[in-house]
Amino acid sequence: MNHTTHTTYALETRAVIKKYQADAGTVFAVNDVSLHVAAGEFVALVGPSGSGKTTMLSMLAALLKPSSGQILLDGTDLAGMSDAERVVMRREKIGFTFQANNLVPYLSAVENVELMLRLNQRLDKAGKLRARELLARLGLGERLNNLPGQMSGGQQQRVAIARALIHNPSLVLADEPTASLDTERAYQVVETFAGLIHEQQRAGIMVTHDLRMCEYVDRVIQMRDGKLVKIYTERDEIMRLAKGSRD
Amino acid sequence: MKQTFVVSTYLALKEIWRSRGRFLLVSLVIALITLLVLFIAALGEGLGNGNREYIAKLDGELLVYQAKADFLIAASRLDTARVDEVRQVAGVADAGMIGMASATLILDGDEDPLKVALLGIEPGHVGEPPVVTGRQLAAEDADEVIIDRNTAIRTGLAEGDTLTLRVTQGTEDAFFTLTIVGVSDGRQYSLQPAIFAPFLTWDRVRPQSAAELNFAGATANVIAVRPVDPNTVETLRQDIEAQVDKVDVATLKEAIQALPGYSAQQSTLNTQGGFTLFIGILVIGGFFQIQILQKVSQIGVLKAIGTSNPIVAWASVIQIVVITVVGVAIGGLLTFLFSLFFPPTVPIVFNGTTSAIALVALLLIGPAGGLVSIRYAVRIEPLKALGLN
Repeated sequence: MNHTTHTTYALETRAVIKKYQADAGTVFAVNDVSLHVAAGEFVALVGPSGSGKTTMLSMLAALLKPSSGQILLDGTDLAGMSDAERVVMRREKIGFTFQANNLVPYLSAVENVELMLRLNQRLDKAGKLRARELLARLGLGERLNNLPGQMSGGQQQRVAIARALIHNPSLVLADEPTASLDTERAYQVVETFAGLIHEQQRAGIMVTHDLRMCEYVDRVIQMRDGKLVKIYTERDEIMRLAKGSRD
Repeated sequence: MKQTFVVSTYLALKEIWRSRGRFLLVSLVIALITLLVLFIAALGEGLGNGNREYIAKLDGELLVYQAKADFLIAASRLDTARVDEVRQVAGVADAGMIGMASATLILDGDEDPLKVALLGIEPGHVGEPPVVTGRQLAAEDADEVIIDRNTAIRTGLAEGDTLTLRVTQGTEDAFFTLTIVGVSDGRQYSLQPAIFAPFLTWDRVRPQSAAELNFAGATANVIAVRPVDPNTVETLRQDIEAQVDKVDVATLKEAIQALPGYSAQQSTLNTQGGFTLFIGILVIGGFFQIQILQKVSQIGVLKAIGTSNPIVAWASVIQIVVITVVGVAIGGLLTFLFSLFFPPTVPIVFNGTTSAIALVALLLIGPAGGLVSIRYAVRIEPLKALGLN
């Protein structure tokens, strides 16, 4: 099925709504959200609990269908896709890191990263070399053959970042990537993540409740009660937001 | 499809290798179930064989019983004139009287006496077992016997030796010394090793009541019949029943089923085997279900990054098959090793067909037990598994 629509952004959402039926009536988890992220841009999605940011992230990750609206990834609308088509999109076009339990526990660091290439039938010599180089760049050159259980939380998050990037996805999503890390590790992880997204020209979105991490992003999108309430685009504004939180 | 199989095999084998201790334990459980199932099958075969071996190996197709004896050999009495009548029926190639009794074989030294099946047969007719060593019986009333392989193994007797039988005749113990002229292959009857005597000798040495001692004529229990054409067994059976007074005719298969306790014994052992397989399904199914429950978030991650359901399902199937095959192989090997050390008194027979059926059933219980867990794995929602809903 052809779901292609013209857009100049790597990711664009148009009037996305996600609603549920509850005992008290209809609940709008995400209510008319339109946003866009360009290739090479790293955006933070922030907001209090229940603001709808995780639901939004799930829809962007092709894990959840919106009730209405469009989600265009490289011009292809995720909203109208079948389950099988969304599996293919997740495999080919999207990289994802989760809060915790990110990695397949019985695969080593390098095998976890190579798994994305295996799933995409792109695991050749060059791919294997690239996986090792990427892990080495993330400071895990000595940990290639370690199992997740033999690595710290920060190291596991960095392996997950490598896995999210190795197959050259258009969109990279991170759900609270620093939730289980101490402050120093959290800064290191987000800084590395931001650097790779800029360098590899991916569209990156990070959901976080930790505003200190915003100093590494290009824009901050704030949500509340399912709605997009504010977008911080100026560097000064973003740094004030991050520093204010730090102080 | 090929790619699905390649990736699922990779994931399945990696997990087995990296968690080999856990998977080996499950394989060992399957190995123990295999050991149990194979031994029950072998015991069933051994007990069945011990009961039916002589009948099953008869060089005939039909057994003639006294009418209304319900195909019970011990209850059937046929006088010697009947065998001539049976031989007269067109289509009968040969017929031989068979008498069945028990006796005690007295052994040298401190060895316990051995209970044996004492079978009377007509030399040169249906019912006489072919000897493996020595010679066939010579005359109807000679003081000589053929022993079967089981008797030879358990007593150490061979052709040329003499043996002493103790039987009760009237109210007295009677002892008879006979010469062994040949040894046949295994021909147990009624779970006892067998000794074959010429019919008239048998009639003289068998246990008898006081009344029987005074009765001049010999009686057989059954008559074994070999047809001219094995394809006309059913017609021949009807002809014999029509032409010979007061007889019932059974095929060997029917005769075996009618052996006292045979059907009940086999159905008991088959039920035990079936229950063991059923328990195997529950154990394996339970293990894989618990394993899938422990792996919900891991499968959620795999699905979230774009692993398709067929890959998840095939990986589970491959793991179940590998673990089952390894378990059954270990169990088969253990069974073989144990069987080497079993004494001949234990009625265990590893029959190729029975063992093969048991092994195929064991190989199927893994996938059967794991079906529910595979269905569960396929239905895992990545959103729920990752706590994003």
